[in-house]
Amino acid sequence: MWKYFIKRLLQGVLTVWFIATATFFAMHNVPGDPLSNDRAMTEITRANLEAKYGLDQPLFTQYTIFLGNLLQGDFGISFTQENREVNDIIREHFPVSAILGILAVIFAATGGVLLGALTALYRNRLPDYVIMFLVILGISVPSFVVAALSQLGLVTLNTALGRTILPVAGWGTILHMLVPALVLGLSTMAYLTRLMRSSMLEVTSSDYVRTAKSKGVPATRIFTHHQLRNAVLPVVTVLGPAIAAITTGGFVVELVFAIPGLGRYFVEAVQQLDYTVIMGTTVFYGAFLVFMVILVDVVYGLIDPRVRLEQ
Amino acid sequence: MSDTSSVVVDADEGFTRSAGKQLALYALYAIAAVAAVMFVLSLAAGGAGSSATGNAIDVENNSITIALREEPPQMDAARATDASSNVVLSHVMEGLISYDLDAQPIPGVAERWEIREDGATFWLRENALWSDGVPVTAHDFVFSWRRVLNPETASQYAFILYPIKNAEAINTGQLPVETLGVRAAGDRVLEVEFERPTPYFDKLVSYLTYFPTREDFFKSTNGRYGADADMMLYNGPYVLTEWVHGSTMRWEKNPLYWNKENKGFLDEIRTAYITQDINAKLNLFKDGQIVDTHLLSPMLPTAMEQRWQIDRSMDGSVFYLEFNHRDNRITRNWNFRRAMQLAQDSTELVYKVLKEPSYIPGTTLFPAWLNGVSESFQKEYPPVEHKMNVQKAREHLALAKQELGIDEFPPLMMLTGDTPISLLAAEYYQQLFRENLGLELRLDVQIFKQRLEKMRQGEFDIVLSGWGPDYNDVLTYGDLFSSWNLQNRGRYNSPEMDSWIRIAQSELEPKKRMDAFGEIQRLLYEDVVIIPMYERGISFVVDPRLKDFRRRSVGPEVDYNFAYIDTSGQ
Repeated sequence: MWKYFIKRLLQGVLTVWFIATATFFAMHNVPGDPLSNDRAMTEITRANLEAKYGLDQPLFTQYTIFLGNLLQGDFGISFTQENREVNDIIREHFPVSAILGILAVIFAATGGVLLGALTALYRNRLPDYVIMFLVILGISVPSFVVAALSQLGLVTLNTALGRTILPVAGWGTILHMLVPALVLGLSTMAYLTRLMRSSMLEVTSSDYVRTAKSKGVPATRIFTHHQLRNAVLPVVTVLGPAIAAITTGGFVVELVFAIPGLGRYFVEAVQQLDYTVIMGTTVFYGAFLVFMVILVDVVYGLIDPRVRLEQ
Repeated sequence: MSDTSSVVVDADEGFTRSAGKQLALYALYAIAAVAAVMFVLSLAAGGAGSSATGNAIDVENNSITIALREEPPQMDAARATDASSNVVLSHVMEGLISYDLDAQPIPGVAERWEIREDGATFWLRENALWSDGVPVTAHDFVFSWRRVLNPETASQYAFILYPIKNAEAINTGQLPVETLGVRAAGDRVLEVEFERPTPYFDKLVSYLTYFPTREDFFKSTNGRYGADADMMLYNGPYVLTEWVHGSTMRWEKNPLYWNKENKGFLDEIRTAYITQDINAKLNLFKDGQIVDTHLLSPMLPTAMEQRWQIDRSMDGSVFYLEFNHRDNRITRNWNFRRAMQLAQDSTELVYKVLKEPSYIPGTTLFPAWLNGVSESFQKEYPPVEHKMNVQKAREHLALAKQELGIDEFPPLMMLTGDTPISLLAAEYYQQLFRENLGLELRLDVQIFKQRLEKMRQGEFDIVLSGWGPDYNDVLTYGDLFSSWNLQNRGRYNSPEMDSWIRIAQSELEPKKRMDAFGEIQRLLYEDVVIIPMYERGISFVVDPRLKDFRRRSVGPEVDYNFAYIDTSGQ
């Protein structure tokens, strides 16, 4: 078990190193650099700036310096936000993305399980049709459309009621989080609903449920203990990757709802060619994803005795 | 048989009913649990958040809420270059000379000044104070300007101080900063020596790179000057009292500001939202959360439905097709450029293609809002009248073919940005020149920084380019196509142009100076250095209770310095 864990961890470190290296060289190959600005610079000013940021060194030297700093956990100072360290940016803004992401996952998981159970219970009847229709919508409509539409919905709602029930954008209170988290979790919720539905149907037609019914076990007990409990297992297993994906993928929602999360920096840094922030956010997100995947594998081994970790 | 099946159905019905009840119960539990989790998370988020549920206008507290387009990246005025930092700095700082509601220069920290051929003198007012109560002195300007020009500061806008004696040499590391031609004669007199005559120096000093910095405070910040609200000193109508990075700012009225009768009427301005999403801003405005927002043309019907008062203003910039005048390019040929010029008409581009109601068809490099000697420059020096003439254009094209000795023109590279407007314009030109001249243009679409890099390297035949003003004088456009200007990406080089620009830079007699700009304008057209496309304008809406809000062509894009709340209309 420990041997396996350490092996996976080493693989993870290797993966992160690979991500960092690939990003580093790809980024430096894009035409332009963080210093280009629509006001032209003299060669001397440019040379001063390059010296200040160490961009005058050969690329490979820059790479080794970068790796050295990376080992110390130091990503340097942002090129566009010149007074802020990349570490500060991550420390201040990742928690916001994380809170939004966790909430979205909670919505997705509870919503997915409950709705999935409901559709299975009322299979081929009205609730099933309605929910499954919404599920198709939830999976196929991209989040920027849902985000924009729901924001418009909020404005209309507030106007109709004559006061602000739910804020249209911003961050800070429960009310600010509600709609963005729902939007962010929506497609995962839809996916989980389908997963839960098929898993529920499989369980319902299984031998032990039929046995329980014929034994005269009370319906509520069969439903909770024999059906829900067994059907929910596959849902739990996809949660790990879903948390990582949601937490790192909230850029559009953050933009539309003016939420001060890390996703915005992640995307804007690429547009601005802000080298240090690109490296910082990419490596951080990469490491986070890799760690979540390892964690899920290990947890599998703990809950499901059929998975042997030693292999 | 039918009996048993009905029993089974009944049993299933019973099961579904009681299981459904159980599921409903679980749903209730789940909602309660989620609510509890949300409560805990909101406590955790409290520190990073804005808790902004305030209104656009809070009459009781005399405060307003606005949105910023991005987190101000650089609040050290010596190094700031972007629009967002400019907006904040223009409210919390003040230079030697300021401007009034109509963007005309008025005294700032300096109560009077004198500009001579060889230099300038500024007499500073007694009651201009820093936000800690210490007077703003001439030494603060000397320190700040030396710092801007110090190569170690690596200020990208250092060039704007080059009219000062020795500035360029200091900035390029050839002279020590102490040799800069600026001197404090006591606390309240600032003496400036010029490198060359600079009649427009009064326009320059209101730019933020010329703002003062106090040496003792700057040193106490240990290199973190401008990084946080308490890492700055203020001398403007407002002071920054709170700055949650990436999220919110609070600007409060500066009680020590000397000109309180004319500026800074609000007790508080809150920048509660940072977003570039124009739809989100529109929704915030609709919901009464922010006082103003700008509109794109697809939003105008919504705005009219809401019966909003829609305002327009010019954002200052001019856009044009810039040719590559380097030796090996076809676009170096005058007949070729003349053919393209004659084959197009900017009114068609603006009115039929772009359809942005706030845009003005481009006729010249010098936008309509610039001042001439006593009134608008365009009135005093009307642009050359342009008439589209495809027949004549084709004649010039034939001449170009002869001169270049080619039968067929190879495809030309047209470099453009990736914004919807520039794509639209680029595609229009592609089609226009194909139809009218049989020319093939290849579009090279690049994101902002890559386009700049390609322009710098000269990798284009024609580029969709533009220019925004730094200061309120014709020269901010006038010297763009001098042979020594690095901004001249197409490397246009004409001794005649250079000589007119030298006069425009240094002539002290205003009429003669403006005449030189008139000649520059004529030459730009006749020599087809560029083809003007449009002057960019902006449509916007403001809460009707907020008066004297301005959008500016020069300086901060939005200006709340003169704004006040008036509810009498309600």
